Amino acid sequence: MRYLPLTDTDRGEMLAKVGASTIDDLFVDVPEEARLSGPIEGLPMHASEMAVEKHMRRLSKKNLAAADAPFFIGAGAYRHHVPASVDHIIQRGEFLTAYTPYQPEIAQGTLQMLFEFQTQVARLYGCAVANASMYDGSTACWEAVAMAGRVARGKKRKVVLSGALHPHYAEVVRTMAKFTEDEIADAPLALQPQPDNDGLIARIDENTSCVVVQYPDILGRIPDLAKIAEAAHEKGALLIAVNTEPVALGAIQSPGELGADIVVGEGQSIGVGLQFGGPYLGLFAVRDEKHVRMMPGRLCGETRDAEDKRGFVLTLSTREQHIRREKATSNICTNSGLCALAFNVHMTLLGEKGIRRLAAENHRLACHAADRLAKVPGIAVLNDSFFNEFTVTLARDAREVVRTLADRGILGGVSLGRLYPNSDGLDGALLVAVTETTTEEDIDALASALEEVLS
Amino acid sequence: MSAPNKSGWKPEMNASGDGMHANGSDGPVTATGNRALMLEEPLLFEIGHMDETGVDLPDPRSDASNRLGGFDRSEPIGLPALKEGEAVRHYTRLSRQNYAIDLGLFPLGSCTMKHNPRLNEKVARMPGFADVHPLQPVDTVRGALEVVNELAHWLIELTGMHGVAMSPKAGAHGELCGMLCIRAALEARGDARKVVLCPESAHGTNPATAAFAGYQTEDIPADKDGRVDLAALKARLGPDVAAVMITNPNTCGLFERDMKAISDAVHAAGGYVYCDGANFNAIVGKVRPGDLGVDAMHINLHKTFSTPHGGGGPGSGPVVLSEALAPFGPLPFTAKTKDGVVHLVEEENAAEFDHTQAFGRMTAFHGQMGMFTRALTYILSHGADGLAQVAEDAVLNANYILRSLEDLLDAPFGPSGPCMHEALFSDAEFGGGLSTLDLAKGLIDEGYHPMTVYFPLVVHGAMLVEPTETESKHSLDQFITAFRNVAERAKAGDDALKQAPYYAPRRRLDETQAARKPVLAWNDPNLS
Repeated sequence: MRYLPLTDTDRGEMLAKVGASTIDDLFVDVPEEARLSGPIEGLPMHASEMAVEKHMRRLSKKNLAAADAPFFIGAGAYRHHVPASVDHIIQRGEFLTAYTPYQPEIAQGTLQMLFEFQTQVARLYGCAVANASMYDGSTACWEAVAMAGRVARGKKRKVVLSGALHPHYAEVVRTMAKFTEDEIADAPLALQPQPDNDGLIARIDENTSCVVVQYPDILGRIPDLAKIAEAAHEKGALLIAVNTEPVALGAIQSPGELGADIVVGEGQSIGVGLQFGGPYLGLFAVRDEKHVRMMPGRLCGETRDAEDKRGFVLTLSTREQHIRREKATSNICTNSGLCALAFNVHMTLLGEKGIRRLAAENHRLACHAADRLAKVPGIAVLNDSFFNEFTVTLARDAREVVRTLADRGILGGVSLGRLYPNSDGLDGALLVAVTETTTEEDIDALASALEEVLS
Repeated sequence: MSAPNKSGWKPEMNASGDGMHANGSDGPVTATGNRALMLEEPLLFEIGHMDETGVDLPDPRSDASNRLGGFDRSEPIGLPALKEGEAVRHYTRLSRQNYAIDLGLFPLGSCTMKHNPRLNEKVARMPGFADVHPLQPVDTVRGALEVVNELAHWLIELTGMHGVAMSPKAGAHGELCGMLCIRAALEARGDARKVVLCPESAHGTNPATAAFAGYQTEDIPADKDGRVDLAALKARLGPDVAAVMITNPNTCGLFERDMKAISDAVHAAGGYVYCDGANFNAIVGKVRPGDLGVDAMHINLHKTFSTPHGGGGPGSGPVVLSEALAPFGPLPFTAKTKDGVVHLVEEENAAEFDHTQAFGRMTAFHGQMGMFTRALTYILSHGADGLAQVAEDAVLNANYILRSLEDLLDAPFGPSGPCMHEALFSDAEFGGGLSTLDLAKGLIDEGYHPMTVYFPLVVHGAMLVEPTETESKHSLDQFITAFRNVAERAKAGDDALKQAPYYAPRRRLDETQAARKPVLAWNDPNLS
């Protein structure tokens, strides 16, 4: 077996050293009746690198890769161009095969990277402090809700969810709330050109710990965060802003500067890639430093070494499970370190100028796509505002249309029927995402195909 | 045994302890702070460009349409850029300040730092896996679903369980998933139990998870052999106990001999058994947790099945479930029908697959696909025979370490028999006020990442050494030589150890100051 370096001679010598006559002597604590006598039946034996690669390639080929089709799918994960150097750097063994930086003297590479990452995320979000990452956007969203409960010291138990929060994110919050006994006040999604800011505000009361608003929202619309923040703060509630497309923040104001108290989101767009849903990158930041000690997850901080050189360490770990056990702010330990590195490198390549240009190009192409699709008979563009994703309504069930488009080799968006299988009135709606990877030819191909499919 | 370093230097040569000659040099102070290949690197924010970019993108058109609803971002964001060559150099220089498995043995107990095969990286990057969206029409991702399902099949067979929830994102997330299955199963029978029992040697995530799932936790004591005290556990069981969370092999590196008796007792009292599978790598292919009465167990794909740790994630924590708990597993999951087609089961088709009692959803999409492809590649490479060999070699290597060091260091459970995949020592025989931390920092100077320290809490100054099966005998011998050298210094009370490390990119870092006045983001000193 190519990964196992011990030879039979080694094994013999080592068994002698440990005073065992056979390997079974070392498994003596496993009850004999439960010990397996040989390889588990029905499972294949070891295989060569060539054979395994061939098997996996065959499975890979059964999927339609995004690059091989005009591609308009978003709804929480976006296809962007990732510079080649990003993947090169994350494959360096010193990053790829390192552990959580518990011994900071020999982990300054990872720690300095995390410090840079935290700073980039804090600035993008308009916040004071970001942590070293969470699993993904949806779990970061739940952790923010849990944190708001801690800030309210458990005295406020109502969580107000915007109806236009990604349904999977809302479902994660609802799932966890069943166990924490928080009351979830949500509302059905309504297909309107503008987000229902006033309806959301009307649901905030004195018992509300937090209001959760996606920005831009699931339909691509841009809600008025400043107005919602003011209303939330008036009732003593925190505003949690959720962003699933960080590229948008190169064009629209940051949630922090609009008054959001906790800003969380999915960082996958920058550096990480689609990967069929994971691993992704949960971003988590607080606008005000006073909330830092309530945050979940790891934090990297600056300090000095014994020779007064600058260095970095994991800090404020008294919040965490390995110290606080059942009183920890979260049970999280592993985060998404390598994805944070990918984000860090990609964002470093982009910089201020690059993220703004990237955002502008996404918005330009999305506007072009909206205009082009609006000309297709049977299609209406819903949104008044959007960044790189918008909703169109079709005269037919969008789920069928998406499948028909896929048969023609076009990945034409996400039907709301797929995201909200049990809701009425959403069947004709289709989310269309457009990024810098989309060409004008792709947009024409989608529009032409829709003209045929809908006629 | 061979010498740890053939050039022949010994740490004592420069261990003056005065901090004047760090990094093993008696030479001049350099203008750059660099010492040849040991390179200092500024922060991105100190070297980046505010008006340049390392990515070629078109300039925004002045006549471009704008549908941003009036929310345009006009203030500077504060994100500097590096050109590609500068960026590659910045991160390459940073990378060289990291220890990694690729550089040497990484004996972090319980963390399972084994070699990460590169075929796994190659496979994960195949376009059909790396460049597919989780919400593509299912007919365009059947191969991806087959990967999930094939891995699920292996995990079920290797553990002897009934079902598996693939979506949890890491071990702790898997723990939460398993505990929520238990809570859902109890609620389904109208049984509102409130207490979860954890051994005092448990990893901190166990009680943290139980608390997050809405339970109160209580400790179970250990017996003198480092295992769960069965009599004490039985005495505590009752109608208020929802579950027992047990790590097996446990955090002392020992197999819980009474696991089946524990499970039987918990089941008889109406509770469930959660097994923390962090140490499954010691027993994979040798014994199946399902045969020992376990109801739920997460598997850290980044430990047992060698997906890279990446400096702190991403992980992946699928949870295998017993017949009693499987109906409550979260959505989504995959299911193969008799025609061989693999389906994605989500909220809308759960009823078709007879899965109406799911407790909900753990995460937005389907789990850590990038980790699934790597883990499946690893599993197929090893096969059923190779995986059993993995466990055997991991256990043999750990016992070799245990028996090669126990004459020098206190091994509290050494006399009671073999260990599993990791060897546990205490600081009982250290002299001169030296601590486990000092020994750990001394190992850094020897060119090794230290073992896990101060965990488990049940052993004073614990040192938990996990070599893994991917170390050769030669590699173990070198490590043992280095470890013995530092351990002898610790026993002799060598004061110089208190200032170690001497030769790392940084000397000891002031963690107290970092926590007292946290600096968690870069602030331009010219602006403040």
